[in-house]
Amino acid sequence: MKNPSISTGIAGSLDLAAARKQRQAGTRRFTAALLALGMGLALSVGLATGIGRMDIGWHTAAAVILGKLGLSTPIADRTTEVVIWGIRLSRVVLSGLVGASLAAAGVVFQGLLLNPLADPFTIGVSTGAAFGVALLVMLGVGGSFLGLSPLPLGALAGALAAMVAVLVLSRESGGRIRKESLILAGIVVSTFLSALISLIKSLDEESLSAIVFWIMGSFSGRGWIHVGFLLPYAALGLGLAFSCHRELDILALGEEQSHHLGVAVSRVRLLLLLGASLLTAGAVSVSGVIGFVGLVVPHLVRVLAGPSHGRLLVLSAFTGALILIWADVVARVLLPGGQELPVGVVTALLGGPFFFYLLKSRRTRGMW
Amino acid sequence: MIRVEDLNLGYGERPVLTGLNFQVNPGEFVGILGPNGSGKSTLIHALSGLLPARSGKIIIKDRHLDALSSRLRAQILAVVPQSSEVRFPFPCLEIVLMGRYPHRKRLGSLTDEDLLWALKSMRRTTTVHLQDRPVTEVSGGEGQRVVIARALAQDPQILLLDEATSSLDVRKKLEIFEILKILNETQGLTVLCAMHDLNLAALYCRRLMFIKDGGIFRDGPTEEVFTPDILAQVYGTPMEVIQHPGHHRPYAVMLPLTPGELEENLSEVAQA
Repeated sequence: MKNPSISTGIAGSLDLAAARKQRQAGTRRFTAALLALGMGLALSVGLATGIGRMDIGWHTAAAVILGKLGLSTPIADRTTEVVIWGIRLSRVVLSGLVGASLAAAGVVFQGLLLNPLADPFTIGVSTGAAFGVALLVMLGVGGSFLGLSPLPLGALAGALAAMVAVLVLSRESGGRIRKESLILAGIVVSTFLSALISLIKSLDEESLSAIVFWIMGSFSGRGWIHVGFLLPYAALGLGLAFSCHRELDILALGEEQSHHLGVAVSRVRLLLLLGASLLTAGAVSVSGVIGFVGLVVPHLVRVLAGPSHGRLLVLSAFTGALILIWADVVARVLLPGGQELPVGVVTALLGGPFFFYLLKSRRTRGMW
Repeated sequence: MIRVEDLNLGYGERPVLTGLNFQVNPGEFVGILGPNGSGKSTLIHALSGLLPARSGKIIIKDRHLDALSSRLRAQILAVVPQSSEVRFPFPCLEIVLMGRYPHRKRLGSLTDEDLLWALKSMRRTTTVHLQDRPVTEVSGGEGQRVVIARALAQDPQILLLDEATSSLDVRKKLEIFEILKILNETQGLTVLCAMHDLNLAALYCRRLMFIKDGGIFRDGPTEEVFTPDILAQVYGTPMEVIQHPGHHRPYAVMLPLTPGELEENLSEVAQA
């Protein structure tokens, strides 16, 4: 039976040709979607950078960016350059990266836990990461070592601890995890940790503003240095998640069948949890808790691109970036008089109703 | 092909099977029979590497089962579970292609050979027409045939079935066992199936292994062990075995419990 000369009668080769064509059509659709999203993303970065309190034309914004990238001679004055490059563009890039990280984390959590309601926020991992950050701020651990902040590490520890706590709480006697109890455990853990964060805030007046600044779920005042903090976490997390995308598909068959198909289940699961926690921790440590991006984006993309996790991860990362860039633009310009909304408020306003729709929807139940 | 030596199995503190010794040769078609809770599924779980042995050895093709890597094990051994629920609407072809996982390189793309194997497996299980249908939308019998196609796509030498047809109607059961029979006879596939249906087992399995009270009660060619005596002892109820005049295979007929036997049962229950 090994190395068979596979019989390909005429019927066989017809089947093969048809199946191959079918799959190639899928690949073409994926490539087209990727191209469209990529162009949309590039366009959005430009547009979002041009929008803000100080009225700078898009023409000037483009000129500054191109100048900075060394593609044309710098023309603008110092102030304009700082606003465009130092403040706006860094913020747009950061919101894009955070959006991509959260959406990819959502794909992994949903696939791994076989739960349509799972995302970094609903299962308490985000709050865990925020708690880790708050604890470090209270203890006065800040600053940066060799350009790396310890805060993301605190966020990672918090995220992993919260993940473990939620899994332990929601595990029933048979070792099965029911989807409702997982979300309930997530709520329990995140409520508890939120209370602890409040406690830290009231115990330690000095760190209050610093903690509030981190936790609120906002990109206000973030810059390139935060992009630098997030980048290694995002890259590693995305890499881990993507390298296990095929296993993530198979894990949808359940633990036993994945084992039968030759997946080293425990190891793969650990890698994926680590990847998703890295993504969440990185995102939370630079922008605080931003909910629902990781919930909504994978669902939207799954409806359009199908369940295969490799494609889902890539397309969700792009879509998440796109959505959070624009959510942040809304947060910046919505209130009159120059005040800013935390971007977490914007995503919650959009995502809350969607969460409700998922809970209610028959169609989605059929899909899962 | 499979050699089991002094194998002890159990969950937590509770022993289920003790002191198992047997050997399965290439190309055998073995049925594992026994009452509920006798440990049929436990044995299948252990043979598939899902349940670690408490003590003893399982040797697959001259190698210790737990020394095989996940991938290598899945290249030799495929398993069809009782039922499988898939949570995502993967097309059936993608499900069958998952069977190629142990043969594919870590990040290598899908080859024509993988696709051919998947299609060939689907032809053998008459599921080609389902290839584009979401697996969440096919019927129970179709779904089970897709799962068997996936197991065949693994290109295994041993196929383990755990009550794989228990939830299907008569016609679907027969279809699946006909497929297994053909694969067994033409490809030399070694088949072990844990099952409940005595007559289905007698019809297709050439060797039967009866499990009772934590051990192997009888093990031998179907014609020798499928007897009224043994069946009555294994299942605790009187049975008659008749040679079918058409296909010349034995079949079992259950007899109603006599009042005496029923009382005996009831008093046992009362004592427990």
